[in-house]
Amino acid sequence: MSQSRNDLQDRRFGATFRTDSWWTEVLPVIIVFGGFGIYATWRAFQGVSYEFGPYLSPFYSPLIDAEHHWLPAWLSPALLILGAPLGFRTTCYYYRKAYYRAFFLSPPSCAVTGVGAGKYSGERKFPFILQNLHRYFLYLAILFIIILAYDAVKAFFFADGFGVGVGSLVMTVNVVLLSCYTFSCHSLRHIIGGKLDCFSCEVAGGARHKAWKGVSILNERHMLFAWASLVSVGLTDLYIKLLCEGTITDLRLF
Amino acid sequence: MANEKYETHEHDVLIIGAGGAGLRASIEALNQGASVGVVCKSLLGKAHTVMAEGGVAAAMANVDAADGWKPHFRDTMRGGKFMNNWRMAQLHAQEAPDRVLELEKWGALFDRTPDGKILQRAFGGHTYKRLAHVGDRTGLEMIRTLQDRGVQQGVDVYMECTVTKLLKDGDRVVGAFAYWRETGRFVVFKAKAVVICTGGIGKAWRVTSNSWEYTGDGQSLAFEAGAELKDMEFVQFHPTGMVWPPGVQGILVTEAVRGEGGILRNKQGERFMEKYDPKRMELSTRDVVARSIYTEVREGRGSEHGGAYLDISHKPADYVKKKLPSMYHQFKELADVDITTGPMEVGPTCHYVMGGINVDAETGAATVKGLYAAGEAAAGLHGGNRLGGNSLSDLLVFGRRAGMAAAQYANGVGGSSVGNDQIEAAAREMLEPFERTSGESPYDVHRDLQESMQNLVGIFRNQEDMTKGLDNIEQFKERAKKVRVDGSRMFNPGWHLAHDLKNMLIVSEAVALSARERKESRGAHARVDFEKLDDAMWGKQHNIITRNADGGLNLAQRPLMEMPEELKQVLAEDQ
Amino acid sequence: MAEATLRVYRGDKDGGGHVDYKVPVAPGMVVLDALHYIQGHQAPDLAVRWNCKAAKCGSCSGEVNGRPKLMCKTRMDDLPLDQPITVNPLKTFPIIKDLVTDVSLNYRINKKIPAFTPRENTDWRMQQDDIDRVQEFRKCIECFLCQNVCHVLRDHQKTEEFGGPRFFVRVAGLDMHPLDSVSRTELLKDELGIGFCNITKCCTEVCPEDIHITDNAIIPLKERVVDDYYDPIMWVIRKLTGKK
Repeated sequence: MSQSRNDLQDRRFGATFRTDSWWTEVLPVIIVFGGFGIYATWRAFQGVSYEFGPYLSPFYSPLIDAEHHWLPAWLSPALLILGAPLGFRTTCYYYRKAYYRAFFLSPPSCAVTGVGAGKYSGERKFPFILQNLHRYFLYLAILFIIILAYDAVKAFFFADGFGVGVGSLVMTVNVVLLSCYTFSCHSLRHIIGGKLDCFSCEVAGGARHKAWKGVSILNERHMLFAWASLVSVGLTDLYIKLLCEGTITDLRLF
Repeated sequence: MANEKYETHEHDVLIIGAGGAGLRASIEALNQGASVGVVCKSLLGKAHTVMAEGGVAAAMANVDAADGWKPHFRDTMRGGKFMNNWRMAQLHAQEAPDRVLELEKWGALFDRTPDGKILQRAFGGHTYKRLAHVGDRTGLEMIRTLQDRGVQQGVDVYMECTVTKLLKDGDRVVGAFAYWRETGRFVVFKAKAVVICTGGIGKAWRVTSNSWEYTGDGQSLAFEAGAELKDMEFVQFHPTGMVWPPGVQGILVTEAVRGEGGILRNKQGERFMEKYDPKRMELSTRDVVARSIYTEVREGRGSEHGGAYLDISHKPADYVKKKLPSMYHQFKELADVDITTGPMEVGPTCHYVMGGINVDAETGAATVKGLYAAGEAAAGLHGGNRLGGNSLSDLLVFGRRAGMAAAQYANGVGGSSVGNDQIEAAAREMLEPFERTSGESPYDVHRDLQESMQNLVGIFRNQEDMTKGLDNIEQFKERAKKVRVDGSRMFNPGWHLAHDLKNMLIVSEAVALSARERKESRGAHARVDFEKLDDAMWGKQHNIITRNADGGLNLAQRPLMEMPEELKQVLAEDQ
Repeated sequence: MAEATLRVYRGDKDGGGHVDYKVPVAPGMVVLDALHYIQGHQAPDLAVRWNCKAAKCGSCSGEVNGRPKLMCKTRMDDLPLDQPITVNPLKTFPIIKDLVTDVSLNYRINKKIPAFTPRENTDWRMQQDDIDRVQEFRKCIECFLCQNVCHVLRDHQKTEEFGGPRFFVRVAGLDMHPLDSVSRTELLKDELGIGFCNITKCCTEVCPEDIHITDNAIIPLKERVVDDYYDPIMWVIRKLTGKK
């Protein structure tokens, strides 16, 4: 008899009988998510190097009062609009899982005791109860997709007319990935059809069933799109930043 | 009968077993206004019904419009080689559709036809597509539906509680003595009527699809209370159990694989069912398919690990995964076989007992007053061989009938008393193994019993083997009386087995005795020394087991009930 | 033949500890086989629940090397056999003996849920497309691994305020039934405390039936609760149309 009963019932942080390296599951989340957070915050506050020719950084789109007519000089235009995508991702059902695990350690991994025993209230109290408003951020996110799609189209029209630069493709890929992420949203899946109990009993039920099935297929990859679009947004901005700073040049393919 | 020493519960109707039959009985008894207690050895919802896969047979004619109770009756009687209780077969065929539709009203969700009705699939021995199903987890759907319904209606469930003795007042059954598996403490149930729904006996064989619960408890309880057991020789070996790896040997491979078009081949790639039943091929009755596979193996044409190959990989992978999801996972995870790309290895496994407690067709009443039985524990519906899908409908039809009859009987019967001596004797019997300081483990005796039944009272039988098997049982009985139990009374599987062993020995002896006596081959009972049907003699006789004055088994024959003219005509009509 | 060491928890509510058993490893062997070997040869009183041994009944739940598993489905050859295999009872439920725990909590929670209540005047026709979603939930074998791994129950022991994944799956199966007529959102919000769930998905990870508990049951139910309790526009629409 090597252990006492108390070991089985241990509810202190990190208690587990798992023999694998469970912390390797959360480590990448901490690194990528944390890295993106720091980069995005820095870039948003910077207020420069966000527009190059027809390319506009997604951090700054839609661009509001770039010339600072009424916007105080110290306030970057990105800060006016970043709340929407940030709110969408913060209240996202996938990201919630990721950051509750990686940053709140609640729980850090399955069958590993988390922190805050006795004080836990989940998403029942402020501020986490606001997660219930995810669908409103979805509505904003869809608006942003329209704007970013417009930006992407615009990225094909240079001072000398239509053309294709690497930047045009970068921005197109970015908006496609963002669309995949936005249209694979759990709230959308609910609104578009999931809320029905009987598709065949409703007016336009067949169409809503199809739409729900389509979103469901995307939804299975929501995590993938969440990460892919996060990385693509960051890289798109970085690409434009480097162009602005002259570190690299944009290759015109056409 | 106040016995203050033990926890006591009182109900109008006590149901032993919480599988499909027990739950359906409890719902019906509650409907009749009775107070109902259900005692079960496992947690609620884990009973063997959960393992039923292929479907529930009911002639709803949703897919094949020509189906009806008459063809279903015919198929059941033919499959059972006419040893069936014709009245049960008739009631079953007539009432099964209503019982299935009733499940739907309680929340069950069967697979659908394009026009939104319950979908039905083909199965061995059924002329038409008749099995309502949910993929290959029909039993789970049924038990969960019944469980939810019963809980909602207010049934009292005593989980993880094992009944060891029926209590009697004179010639009436008036309760049961049991122990809580968790604590080992004894408990007395007082009831006006008792319904046995304990299922089968398969744990007496080594290769079996049955769980630890299937130790013949109900049959033994009834036998000890003086009730008759009928046709115990008819034990069904399901043709397709897993054969490899060793740990999973015997686990069921649903007949739905063949129902969906699965093909059986031997190691030479021959579709051997062409030899044994060219008309019905893989969808022949279970007795025929099991013997065919066994014969192929015995004659050296078996698969790598001593079975046959069952192949469904010619069907689209998505279809297989949709219609047979649990088979797909079972083989993938337990045997490293992908059934969408390659064949499964299968062989016969002890699956079901057609024989059991002799009951009245209409009410499920056993031959002792106050005692009822339904489901696998009861005999009659299936005769010499059960068709796939007929057991789930059996549970519903006769579970309901037994529950109703038991409640009505309870309503009209007076009070009772049980002598303390009965209760004390039951308690003493349970405690004896703890008093022994020497003796072998019950697991050793169980292993030897399983080996003996497997080899000597298996698919193919002969006089000599069965006599040897019976001699062995005598020795096992002596050994079982001397087994030792270690540890405390708290959740002690060794102790539980020591008691279950006694039940398995009773039913094993009943099977071997009846089987040795029946000198013919009929349905699931195949004798190498009497290979033919003997309609003149054995086709007219049931084997009946009763208890001797000294507690031993007494075997006698009884003629079959005469079938009424109109049913004979139904049988004569062919499609 | 290869040999494995199983480090099995032996004890009851008064305490206990791990005991090592040596077991010969056969091809395709699962952890439950090893426990049966121990019962048959070394410790006949070792308590473990099991029934079907084919992952259909959900009885043999335990924690193998710290991971919640059905032991009938956990292959020995998937485990590192060079070190002892720890086999524990489910942590979330009170221990009875050895690997057997008191799961009665689940049966109590279940009783809070209103049963299937069909709409009036239905003809009982249902389309497969409408029931596909519900059939996934009805695959549940009640192994309670999800209840066991859920940190709301496991770490925070909200056993009275929280229903747990199994019962969200059950509610989803009832609420999304095409012919059911009862709304269970109030129950979800208040009695089953769905807000305690922070969708960290361990329930989905451990489900032996591959039910997408979080994505297909819990999140859609959370969205239904939002419809009825948190969405201001929905609230205005309800007020204007007078519909519930």
